Amino acid sequence: MSLLALRGITCVRGGRRLFEGLDLTLEPGGAALVTGPNGAGKSSLIRLAAGLLPPVSGTVDRGVPAALADENLALDSRLPLLRALGFWAGLDGADPASAMTAMGLAPLAGVPVRMLSAGQRKRATLARVLASGAPLWLLDEPANGLDADGEARLEAAMAAHRAGGGAILAASHQSLPLPGAAGVKLG
Amino acid sequence: MTALVLRELRLAATGGSALLPPIFFLLVATLFPFAVGPDAPALARTGGGALWMAALLAALLPVDRLVEPDRAAGVLDQLTIRGIGEESVALAKLAGHWLSFAPPLMLAALPAAALIKLPPPVLLRLELGLLAGTPGLAALSLIVAALTSGLRTTGTLAGLLMLPLAVPILIFGAGLIEPEADIGALKLLAAVSLLYVALAPFAVAAAIRAGRD
Repeated sequence: MSLLALRGITCVRGGRRLFEGLDLTLEPGGAALVTGPNGAGKSSLIRLAAGLLPPVSGTVDRGVPAALADENLALDSRLPLLRALGFWAGLDGADPASAMTAMGLAPLAGVPVRMLSAGQRKRATLARVLASGAPLWLLDEPANGLDADGEARLEAAMAAHRAGGGAILAASHQSLPLPGAAGVKLG
Repeated sequence: MTALVLRELRLAATGGSALLPPIFFLLVATLFPFAVGPDAPALARTGGGALWMAALLAALLPVDRLVEPDRAAGVLDQLTIRGIGEESVALAKLAGHWLSFAPPLMLAALPAAALIKLPPPVLLRLELGLLAGTPGLAALSLIVAALTSGLRTTGTLAGLLMLPLAVPILIFGAGLIEPEADIGALKLLAAVSLLYVALAPFAVAAAIRAGRD
């Protein structure tokens, strides 16, 4: 059973046809890397797969829960990081502590979200996805702003997720460490 | 759902904005005698209506923090991707907003009534009216907040959108504190309020979906 199936997707944004007739299937353990220049529709494709944008034509079949990491942090800025992540983990019935350790955020548990640097915010976004326990990860530019250590942690987390039967749809203008990922070239 | 309502309450409490409506309400009650003069019968006759106006305007104060911060931070997207419908989110926001807005306002009405020398029976009817009317006011603020989220100058636009819709609440609420008013005014006020509460989840959800791009 596939975790995500896009069939004949056409995306129109602001009157511009970004792509049409796009097919994509993700099996357990699978991954797809969406590449293309700025404005090619990478983020739109991620949002289509997340169900946040309706496709102009085609169908999006998502049989499993998904977790989304885009440029929005979606954490309450006044709360300490652990409690902010704990809000989402509570909704997902999960525990944020191990995800924070995996992203190297454990020492920052008590720091208010608004004090985090850009790279730390990216790590927190990824920790939110890790903690969700969702089988399908939708990652929009997941490596943006990460240092070498952060990239290594992202690579390890993605590998572990796929080894556990999860699937990843990632969009990036740079190369991501996703061995064996199907390539989706836009634009 | 409970977690969402609790989050709304926490945001209202920690932001300090839960205090703004009752403070504004009390401020109007303080200024009103200066404008009308200290004549007790005149104050008691017009003061109830002034307090209803104050309640209406106080309901506008939290509009810019109800929906826009969550939309901008991606919280609404994250809730949707977890399969929580926009209608449920709107209902949780309505419950949280009413709980953080109405009880402080009803408490503030006690010193406000003393400031403008409202007789106790009128104060009782004002409190009854606020109890029945504030859910409708909360629903209207939430609808307007959702409609204007993502725009830059929300304040003025929110007032222009909301105040005409709030006219029935004002009419029946102020009608209820007239000496000759009977239970009918309270029923009409509750009916209007209920209508807005029933509409709010669908209107807010539609506005959230339409604002997504």
